[in-house]
Amino acid sequence: MVMSTNAQAPAQPLKKPAASAATKSPVSPAIALFAGWFIPGAGHLLLKKPIRAALLFVSIGAMFGIGMALEGKVYTPSTGDLLDILGFAADLGSGAFYIATRMLDLGHSSVQIAIADYGTKFIVVAGLLNIVAAVDAHSLASGRKPL
Amino acid sequence: MTLTHFSAVLLFAFFTSVVFGITMRSNPKMMMRFGAFCFVLFVAGTIAASWAMWAIKH
Repeated sequence: MVMSTNAQAPAQPLKKPAASAATKSPVSPAIALFAGWFIPGAGHLLLKKPIRAALLFVSIGAMFGIGMALEGKVYTPSTGDLLDILGFAADLGSGAFYIATRMLDLGHSSVQIAIADYGTKFIVVAGLLNIVAAVDAHSLASGRKPL
Repeated sequence: MTLTHFSAVLLFAFFTSVVFGITMRSNPKMMMRFGAFCFVLFVAGTIAASWAMWAIKH
C-alpha cells in the first residue's frame, strides 16, 4: 500500500496572512479612518503619505468649495424625505467641511438657480469621495493595502 | 461663480480622477495611469452621452 503523505517530511511553513506585521502601520486603523473622514487626507498624513494627503485634501476641498460657490444645496437630516436623508449622509462624508458649513450657516437649503444643481452634486460627490479616501487610509493602516 | 457645462465636466472629472487614482491603486505610476484613464473615461463618456441625447432629440 502506498501512502500519499510522508510523516517524516518536515512540516510546511504556514502561509503568511495578508496583513503581516511588516506592512502594518503603527497607526490604529480606526484612528486613520476617523482622521481621514474628519479632515480629508489626514488619514494618509498620519500614515506618512504627505503627497497623497495633500492631493486628497485639495481635490475634495476644491470639489466642496466649487459646490458652495455654485450655490449648491446643503442637505440637512431633519426634512423627513428619504432622498434628503441620503443626501445628508453623503454631505456628512465631507467631515469638518460639512460641520463648518452648518455651524457658520453657509450654503443654501434649496436649489435657486439652474447651475446650483451642479453645485449640489459637487458637494455630495466630495463627501462620497472623502469616505472612499478614509476607507483607503483604514486599509493602509490595517495592512490590507500595501503602504 | 458661473461655469459652462463643459468646464464643470472637466473639473468634476479631474478631481474625481485624482481621488480614484490614489485610492484604487497602490503604486504611484499605476495611480497616475488609472487617474488618467478615469479622466478620459469621464470626459469621453459625457461627450458620448451628450451626442446620444442630441441624436435622440433630433
